[in-house]
Amino acid sequence: MGAVLEICDLHAGVNGTPILKGVNLTVRQGEVHALMGPNGSGKSTLSFVLTGHPVYEVASGDILFNGESILDLEPDERSHLGLFMAFQYPVSIPGVTVANFLRTALNAHRKAKDPSDKGVSIPEFRRLMLDRMKFLQMDPSFAGRYLNDGFSGGEKKRAEILQMAVLQPKIAVMDETDSGLDIDAVRIVAEGVNKLVGPEMGVLVITHYQRILNYIPPQFVHVMYDGRIVESGGPELALKLEDEGYAPYEEKYGKVVTAP
Amino acid sequence: MARRVVRRSKEALAAGPQVPYSRAEVEALSAQKGEPAWMAEKRLAAWDAFEALPWPDPTRDEPWRRTDYRHMRWHEATPRRSVNGVVLDDIPEFHRAPLIGETQGGMVAQVGDATVSRDIAGELAKAGVIFTDLDTAVREHGDLVREHFMTRAVLPDEDKFTALHAALWTHGVFLYVPRGVQVALPPHSVMWAPLPGATLGHVLVVVDEGAEVTYLHEYASPDVSEQALYVGATELIVKDNAGLKFVSLQEWGNNTYGFTHQRARVGRDARLDWVVGATGGHFTKDVLEIELDGRGSWTRMSGYYFAEKNQFFDLDTHQSHNAPNATSDVLFKGALKDASRTVWQGMIVVQPDAQKTDGFQANRNLMLSKTARADSIPGLEIKANDVRCTHAAALSRIEEEPVFYLMARGVSRAMAERLLIEGFFMPILDRIPFERVRERLLGTIDKKMEDLIGTVEFRRSPRT
Repeated sequence: MGAVLEICDLHAGVNGTPILKGVNLTVRQGEVHALMGPNGSGKSTLSFVLTGHPVYEVASGDILFNGESILDLEPDERSHLGLFMAFQYPVSIPGVTVANFLRTALNAHRKAKDPSDKGVSIPEFRRLMLDRMKFLQMDPSFAGRYLNDGFSGGEKKRAEILQMAVLQPKIAVMDETDSGLDIDAVRIVAEGVNKLVGPEMGVLVITHYQRILNYIPPQFVHVMYDGRIVESGGPELALKLEDEGYAPYEEKYGKVVTAP
Repeated sequence: MARRVVRRSKEALAAGPQVPYSRAEVEALSAQKGEPAWMAEKRLAAWDAFEALPWPDPTRDEPWRRTDYRHMRWHEATPRRSVNGVVLDDIPEFHRAPLIGETQGGMVAQVGDATVSRDIAGELAKAGVIFTDLDTAVREHGDLVREHFMTRAVLPDEDKFTALHAALWTHGVFLYVPRGVQVALPPHSVMWAPLPGATLGHVLVVVDEGAEVTYLHEYASPDVSEQALYVGATELIVKDNAGLKFVSLQEWGNNTYGFTHQRARVGRDARLDWVVGATGGHFTKDVLEIELDGRGSWTRMSGYYFAEKNQFFDLDTHQSHNAPNATSDVLFKGALKDASRTVWQGMIVVQPDAQKTDGFQANRNLMLSKTARADSIPGLEIKANDVRCTHAAALSRIEEEPVFYLMARGVSRAMAERLLIEGFFMPILDRIPFERVRERLLGTIDKKMEDLIGTVEFRRSPRT
């Protein structure tokens, strides 16, 4: 049986301000879901809460991974379960190369599965990394660069996908992976994701625009508005949003005022 | 053992340290070594200078304003005489193993002031390279030593400490590379000081015209409860068209007070690549100076320190551009934890005719606790009009956002902190072309972070 991520009536916020107001969503390994919504609807907050960012507080509800709550788990423990977050704004880590970081992360995953694991050998790791990079059409010199440091927007997003390709999560959340990218970059990143999507990986694509969904076709589309999922459907829902925008939701639920 | 707290009156502090040294001591030391008259006279002249010069005044003298050395128990810092029966094996293998390449060009090792090894590889000796202890060099290569020893780099009468050193130096290393000789195997020297009291070591390197060498020197001692004093001088004389790569690692034990004056003189089109690692000792005051004497000379100094507990480091760098078209690039990076303190004072001086100077100095500190304190004082004194000089000083902390990002990839908090500290030092590591010297620094980070990892006090990044 594949992995399941269940978000149950989740209420969460930051500094006492509620942002998520009862989110319900289930993503199974092998499924592609899209979560769409206007700015300020809580999409990115959801991704941070899923990952366990310490600034966000969960007020009520639960997040289950394979039926077990992960709310008390540290971000690294969530990662070990097979949950992956491709960030909208990856943090640059000067002085730490992509290769060094990936090997450290991969070893942490192996050790979490088997405490006696001695770590991946350097040649074996190099083979794996170069194979994944080739798979994502990345230049091998990328491995020697400092993680996200001085990367262009497209390079940062590709580095996120490379990490995903090496760590092979069961459920991946992609937060606005298309934002800030030109259409060619979106296509390259999406092609990379598509190569990973399949029975082994479930994906939640968080996006403002539907264009990335042209490349990563979702089976399920959800609309988030003011901290709740207000509508769910199939791929046709994304097309409807493309035509009508979020105005109908504004009319129905009132305009969301976001803090600057 | 509880440390005795000695309180001294203001008057006693102002009078300066009461030191257990005398003119008779200088004469006895020189006689014991059986030195030629010129060295004996040089020592006595230096003793006169020592007596005449004032102690630096931390209440008035700028280079010492943050560095009060007077709490040391000076009266206990008697010079240490040779101990019988010391051997090379007294020095931990860790400090004897090659750090550069597999085969060393020789090993000069000293335990206290006693030389326990003066090996030189056959091919170096055949090429005319001299690598030996300073006493032997004074005896066997008197002219060469006399020409260069405290005559042009570090001078005896610069200050109280250089005078004390010139009068009472106890041991030293001499490396001479003759004109045009390219030394492939790096010589390695170690000064191991296992006993309390004072030692005064000297490092004299002369790289003659067109010659090239890579040289590693280590200072080390065990952690002991009694106080030890080291007053050292290092002289690097790099003549025209010569090249010197010098790695100097200070790993004194936890109760050593170290004062060194280190100066390089770099000739025309000569190159000096100097790595300075300072991680040991209780109190360190190092003055590190580069004199760019020759047109077109190129120099780089890459320094790192890692201060913990109540360690104190004051590292002062000077880049003196005395000739045109010369380059100097100084980068010091340090991490501080617990209640440690560091001071870095940098100065670039550009003389009036040193046009087309390219000078850079930077000091960056990573604060790993709220009780540590780092002072970073860059300085420029430019008397020429066509130069490029830049400086930078910065403090940073480990921030929560990168830690979270790394943890989200499955890396533990401890490992995330470790990676970020390593990343902080990477610009220095990138400048050190010797794998095992890099590993030494990484090993030091591991050791110093053992008790702290996972508990670093974060500064939250402002969220955007």
